[in-house]
Amino acid sequence: MSQLLSWTALLPGAILLSSLIPGALIFLLKEESHILRSLLNMAGAIIKLILVAVLIWGVYLGGVFETRITIAPGLDLVLHADALSVLFVTLSTVLWLVTTIYAIGYLEHSPNRSRFFGFFSLCVSATVGIALAGNLLTFVIFYEILTLATYPLVAHRGTPDATRGAKIYLAYTMAGGVALLIGAVWLRSLTGPVDFVERGVLSAMPASLHPQLIAIFLFLLVGLGVKAALFPLHGWLPQSMVAPAPVSSLLHAVAVVKAGAFGIVRVVYDVYGVEFASELGLLTILGVMASITIVYGSVMALTQDGLKKRLAYSTVSQVSYIALGASILGPIATIGGMVHLVHQGIMKITLFFCAGNYAETLGVHKVSQMDGVGRRMPWTTMAFTVGALGMIGIPPIAGFVSKWYLGLGAVDAGQYWVLVILAASTLLNAGYFLPILYKAWFRDPPDEWPKEHLFGGRFETMGALLWPPVITAALCLIAGLLAAAPFSPLEWATLIARREYAP
Amino acid sequence: MISNSLVLPIALPLLGALLVVALPRKMPILGALAALATTGSGLWVTAQTWLQADLGVVLGGWGLPLGIGLAADGLSAAFLAMSSLVGLGTSIYAIGYFAGSERCNHFWPLWFLLWASLNGVFLAADLFNLYVMLELLGLSAAALGALTGSRAAVEANLRYLLVGLLGSITYLLGVALLYAGYGTLDIGLLSERIQPSPLAAGALVLMVVGLALKAALFPMHFWLPPAHANAPAPVSAVLSALVVKTAFYLILRLWLDLFPAELSNAAAAFVLGVLGAGAVLWGSWRALRAERLKLLAAYSTVAQIGYLFLFFPLIQATPAGIARDDLIAACVLMALTHGFAKAGFFLAAGLVQQKAGHDRIDALGGTAQSMPATTFSIALAGSALIGLPPSGSFIAKWVMMRGAFEAGQWWWLIIISTGTLLAAAYIFRVLSRAFGQEPTPQCFLTDARAEIPALLLAFASVALLGLAAGPVWSLLGFQGAPA
Repeated sequence: MSQLLSWTALLPGAILLSSLIPGALIFLLKEESHILRSLLNMAGAIIKLILVAVLIWGVYLGGVFETRITIAPGLDLVLHADALSVLFVTLSTVLWLVTTIYAIGYLEHSPNRSRFFGFFSLCVSATVGIALAGNLLTFVIFYEILTLATYPLVAHRGTPDATRGAKIYLAYTMAGGVALLIGAVWLRSLTGPVDFVERGVLSAMPASLHPQLIAIFLFLLVGLGVKAALFPLHGWLPQSMVAPAPVSSLLHAVAVVKAGAFGIVRVVYDVYGVEFASELGLLTILGVMASITIVYGSVMALTQDGLKKRLAYSTVSQVSYIALGASILGPIATIGGMVHLVHQGIMKITLFFCAGNYAETLGVHKVSQMDGVGRRMPWTTMAFTVGALGMIGIPPIAGFVSKWYLGLGAVDAGQYWVLVILAASTLLNAGYFLPILYKAWFRDPPDEWPKEHLFGGRFETMGALLWPPVITAALCLIAGLLAAAPFSPLEWATLIARREYAP
Repeated sequence: MISNSLVLPIALPLLGALLVVALPRKMPILGALAALATTGSGLWVTAQTWLQADLGVVLGGWGLPLGIGLAADGLSAAFLAMSSLVGLGTSIYAIGYFAGSERCNHFWPLWFLLWASLNGVFLAADLFNLYVMLELLGLSAAALGALTGSRAAVEANLRYLLVGLLGSITYLLGVALLYAGYGTLDIGLLSERIQPSPLAAGALVLMVVGLALKAALFPMHFWLPPAHANAPAPVSAVLSALVVKTAFYLILRLWLDLFPAELSNAAAAFVLGVLGAGAVLWGSWRALRAERLKLLAAYSTVAQIGYLFLFFPLIQATPAGIARDDLIAACVLMALTHGFAKAGFFLAAGLVQQKAGHDRIDALGGTAQSMPATTFSIALAGSALIGLPPSGSFIAKWVMMRGAFEAGQWWWLIIISTGTLLAAAYIFRVLSRAFGQEPTPQCFLTDARAEIPALLLAFASVALLGLAAGPVWSLLGFQGAPA
C-alpha cells in the first residue's frame, strides 16, 4: 500500500490538479475579486511548473510515474508520464504561465472574467490530461473535456460572430469526437485495454485483423484530424479566430490543435508502432494528408488580409509538419516532427500575442493597416519578426531546426518528395510573412492609427501584454541557438526517438 | 437475510404524508424532516445490501405465498439509492419553489405518497404488490403533474392517468395469466416454476407492453412530453428522473430474473432494441425542435429511455460472464446517471422559468447569463445527457459500444452516434444562449437554497457516477474484469 501511495504515483495526478483546483475555485469567485483571482491563477501556474520540473528530472532518470484510478471494473483512468508526454506537458505548462499573464493584462476591465479564467484553467487541465493519458480511454476522456472547456472561451465575447464561430467549432469537434470514440471502442473490443507503450502494442495482431486495424486507424485519424486541423477537417479553425487573443494563442499553440497533433503522434508511435503502421500502409495516408494540408494552408494564408486569419491558416499548415514527421519512417524525421510540437508552439504563440498587442494598442486588425507599426511598437514587432522568421525556417531560430531535421529524415528514408513539399512551403511561408515584415519596418506609419489606446507607462503598451511575446520570442531564439544543450527540446525529442526505435 | 429495515423506505414517507396533512402549518419543516428520514432509510437499506447480502422480509405473519413480501437485492438497492438522493434534492428545492404558494399544501402529501410507492416498486417481491404500487404511483404522479391547474397541465395529466391505467391493467392481465398457470406471484418462486409455454409467452408480452407504455417507450411515448413539460419543476424532475424508471426497472427485473431464456430470446430483444432506437432518434430530434426548455427536457427523457432499451439485444447476445455483467451494470449506470442528470436539469430549468417568467429557449439569453450556477447545472446535466466524459453515461455508452462490437451488432453504433450528436445539438442550443453581451453577473450563486440541489444532482451525474462507477458493479455483485 505504501508503494501505491508513493510520490511517483501521485505526481501526475498532482500536476493535473494544480490547474483544476484553482479553476474550480475561480468559478466561485465574485467578479470584482481581481487580486484573489490573479493570485489563484499564478499560484496554480507556478506550482504546476515546479511539479513539472520534478517530473522532467524523474523521467530523464528513467523513473516510472503513474497515477491509476479505477472508474469501473476494467476501465482505468491512467495518468502516465513517459518522455513524449513530458515534452507536451512542459510545453503547455510553460506557455500556460505566459498566457495567463497575458490574459490578465488583455482582459483588464472586460466582463465575465471569473467565467473566462475558470474555463481557461479547465482547458489547460484537460490538455495536461491528454499529455499524461496512459491509455486510449483516458485520452478520449480528456480530449472530450477539452472540447467542452474550450467552447465557452471561443464564445466568450458573446457577439453574433463569436456565437457562430463557437457553433462551428463545436459541430466539427463533436463529430470528430464521435469518430474518435468509435475507433477507440472498436480497438478496445479487439485488444482489451489499450495502454500506450513505446513502439506500439498492435504488431503482434494476426493478419486477419489487419483490415479492421486500418479502418480503426481511419476513424482515429478523422477524430484527431479535426482538432489537428488536417485538410479537409480544418474548417473550424479560421472561424474560431473571433475569440479573444489569449484564447487564440491557447487554441493554436498549446491546447486544441496541439492535442490533435499529439494524438496522431501517440497513435502512430505508441498504439500501432511506427514500423507496424508503415507496414499497414497507414503512414502513406497520413503523409499525403499532411502534405496537402501544408500546401493548402500556406496558399490560403497568402490570400488573407486579416492578420489573425492569416496566422490561423499558417497554423493549419505548420501543425501538419508534426504529422508529416510522424509519417516518415526513420528516427531523424521523428525528431523533426516531435521537436516541431514545441517549436511551432512557442513561435505561434509569439505571433498571436503580437497580433493581440497590435489590436489592443493600435486597433490594427489587418495586414494592410500594418504600415510602420515597427516604429510605434518596436519591441512587439521585434518579437513578431523572430516568430515570423522562425516560421519561414531562417537559422538560428527554432523553426529552422525542425525543418532541417524533417528534411534530413526524408532523405534518410529515401522519401525525396518531402523535400519538394518543404521547399514549397518555405517559399509560401516567406510569401505571406515577409510582406508583413516589410510593411512593419520600412513603410511610413499613418498619421493616425485606427483605434489607438494609450496605456501610459514607459513601454509601448501595457507591461503584461509586452513581456509575454518578448519572453516567448526569446525562447524561440534559445531553442534554436542552444538546440544541442541538454534538456533543449531537440535533445528531448532525440531521447524520445531513441526510445521509440530501440532495437 | 431477514431485515425489518426494508419497511422503512415505504413506511416513513407514508408517515410523512399523514403528518403534513395533519399539521399543514408546519408543512415545510415536517416535509424536510420526513424527506431526510426517508432518504436515510433508503440509503441504510442500500448500504446493508451492499455490505452484507440481499435482504428479504415477509409482512403480516403469513408465509411467503400469502404474505406481502419485500426484498432488496443489488438491482433494487441501486434504484432505491437513486430515488433516495434525487428525492432529497427535490424536496429541499421544493421548499423554496413552493414557498408562500397555495400549491404547497397539495404538493407535500402527494409527493410523499409518490415517494412511498416508488420505493415500494423497487422493494416489492411479488407481482401483485408491484401492481398495487404501480397503481398508487400512477395516481399520485398524475395528480402532482396537474398541480399547476392550467388547462394544458390538466389535459396532459388526465391523458397520463388514463394511459397509466391502461398500462397497469395490461400488466395485471399478464400477472393473472401467470397466477393461473403457476399458482404463485412471488418472483423468486415463480422463476423456479415457470416454463417456456405459450401461456408464459403471452404473459411476457402483456406485462412488457403494459410496462413499456408506462415507461414511455417509443412509439408509446406520446403522453410523456406534455405531462412532464407542464408540471411544476420539482414534479417534472421526479416524473422524468424516477417515475418512468420504475417501469423500466420492472422490465429489466422480469427480463433478468423471471422469464426463461427461451422466451427472452433474440427476437424479443431485437424488438425492444428497435423500439429503443426509434426512441433515441425521434426523441432527440423532437428535443432539438422543441421551443420550450422543459419540453426539450421531456423529449430528451424519451430519447434516454430509448438508450436503456438498446441494452437488451446486447445483453441477450452476450453469453453469461464478465462481458454480460458489464453490460447489465452499464445499463443500470445509464439509468442512474439519467436520473440524477435529468432531475438536475429540470430543477435548473424551473429556476430559469421562474426568473424569466417563461421558458422559451429563443428568449432565454439574458436570464441564462445572469444565473451562472443554474446555467452551470444545465451544462453539467447536459453533458451527462449527451454522454460526454466524465459522466456516468459516457462510461455506460463506452461499455454499450464495446458490447455492440463484440456481439457483432455494429448497427446499434449508428444509432448511438447519431443520438449523441443530436443530443449535443439540443443541449448546446440552450447553452449557447448563455454567452451573450448582457451585463456580468457578480457572483456564482444567486439563490443558494434553490441552486445548490440542482447543482449537486447534476454534479453527481458527472463526477460521482462518471469517475467512481465501481460501486454500481459491486452493488450488483459483479466482480468485473481485472484492468
